[in-house]
Amino acid sequence: MTRTTQWIYGWLLLLPAMALLVLFTHYPAVATLWQSFHSTPKGSRSAVFVGVENYEQLASDDVFWQALSNNWWYALGTIPLSIVIALLMAIWVNERIPGRGVLRLAYFTPTVLPMIAVANIWLFFYTPDYGLLEQFLGLFGARGHNWLGSKSTALPALMVVTVWKEAGFFMIFYLAALQSMSPHLAEAAAIEGASRWYFFRRVTFPLLMPTTLFVLVNAVINAFRLVDHIVVMTRGGPDNATALLLYYVYEIGFRFWDTAYAAALTVVLLAILGLVALAQFFFLERRVHYQ
Amino acid sequence: MSTMVSQRHGWTRGLETAAAWLLGLLWVLPLVYAIWTAFHPAEFSTRFVLSAPLTLDNFARAWEAAPFARYFLNTVILVTMVLVAQLVLVTLAAYAFARFEFPGRNVLFALVLVQLMIMPDVLIVENYRTMTTLGLKDTILAIALPYMASAFGIFLLRQTFKVVPRELDEAARVEGCTPLQVLWKVYVPLARPTYLAYALVSVSYHWNNFLWPLIITNSVESRPVTVGLQVFSATDQGLDWSVITAATLLSTAPLLIAFLLFQKQFVQSFMRAGIR
Repeated sequence: MTRTTQWIYGWLLLLPAMALLVLFTHYPAVATLWQSFHSTPKGSRSAVFVGVENYEQLASDDVFWQALSNNWWYALGTIPLSIVIALLMAIWVNERIPGRGVLRLAYFTPTVLPMIAVANIWLFFYTPDYGLLEQFLGLFGARGHNWLGSKSTALPALMVVTVWKEAGFFMIFYLAALQSMSPHLAEAAAIEGASRWYFFRRVTFPLLMPTTLFVLVNAVINAFRLVDHIVVMTRGGPDNATALLLYYVYEIGFRFWDTAYAAALTVVLLAILGLVALAQFFFLERRVHYQ
Repeated sequence: MSTMVSQRHGWTRGLETAAAWLLGLLWVLPLVYAIWTAFHPAEFSTRFVLSAPLTLDNFARAWEAAPFARYFLNTVILVTMVLVAQLVLVTLAAYAFARFEFPGRNVLFALVLVQLMIMPDVLIVENYRTMTTLGLKDTILAIALPYMASAFGIFLLRQTFKVVPRELDEAARVEGCTPLQVLWKVYVPLARPTYLAYALVSVSYHWNNFLWPLIITNSVESRPVTVGLQVFSATDQGLDWSVITAATLLSTAPLLIAFLLFQKQFVQSFMRAGIR
């Protein structure tokens, strides 16, 4: 095959996928930036260039700052916890623990359920007065709390749902990594008399580093990408206590139809995801060895 | 683990087993609770007595109260449409990246990888505008289009294609195969496990997807089952929890049953998709 035919084949094979990617990923990303410097078209008035006006509005929008801070705490509350639980789960079901198959199934099942169904189930779980949680707490005489309805507990209550849903998913990646590890390592460590904790700390955990970073990046993206449960469980309330960034974009863009302001908000979201990408590229990829 | 270790740490082992089971119990509890509620009359939805009568009434009421059959059909059309398009597009693109030399290859690959970070899920405002321009609003095609070219799939399959021995490729060419025939006869059959893994991940992702379908659809004819479920449970029709829970289980049942039947393949597929 000549060089030119190689070129033509390469480009033609790529064309359909690239066209769709450009149309629904690259173009909208750029268009979002463009729209964020314009006004929202209203009736017969079309959009006009307004400079940084949308960003000024954003800077003085308390709800935006709250959503940003909510998202920060949400990420901080869900990511480390789900990673630790995932790692524990993976180590347990990788060993010859009694009932391993059943446990693996129990841990993984929430992953295959749609977030929206999960949210429905947990909504009932959290129901004031007669939800399961309230009934359980009632046994200790501590009932009467509206978990999703009070500002201090609504976001943590959602975090629990996220951890429950995601830990099993991350477990799979750890399990895959653990199963590809040589059993000789553990045997050698046992002969040397190393404790299990020592072995984990000095051998298993370092070897799992690439997996941890892969899971970490996925978890960060999910923390900014997945708001299905917010729509079902709290609609951002009470008093914006559970408004995450993407949920706020959805609310501004599709309930108030202020598309220009929604674009400015999306730019912030894209900037955060871009930073994650850069961090992964410059900081993590160099220290991690993929095969 | 050797027996030496397990003997020396017998009691920690016991403790760990107990902890693992406690966590497992905690993990299935919400689901068991949902199943209890769905299969019992409303008055037993929060009273756990063993003598409570079992019933399918909640399911019947949910099925009658909303066009779930249509929603299921829409979801099946959606996941099929997405998967078929993805398999074709991803295969061609991965083949190009794995085995062809052309100018701009690295830049284009980087552009593909952008989608791993900036997924269509966050570009809802602009994609909605595009769909309006294209006149596709409120169609199943509109739900599917942004996901058809999948960076994840291209990446995954490119890795698989790259390890196919060049000799097989060349042997097929010597026999007179065109590049597309080589792809079909050599690469695709060898990548079968990757395809299976990718297909399972894709189907469960799109079966479960919610926000974008919620935004882009507003009629029974195009709504997938996730959105249908939300519309059903959000409308204040005085529905009790047992019916909503039944509807919730109903809408997840096909995927859940498929998962329970093909557990091993599911888990292995997710594993395979995660190893990069």
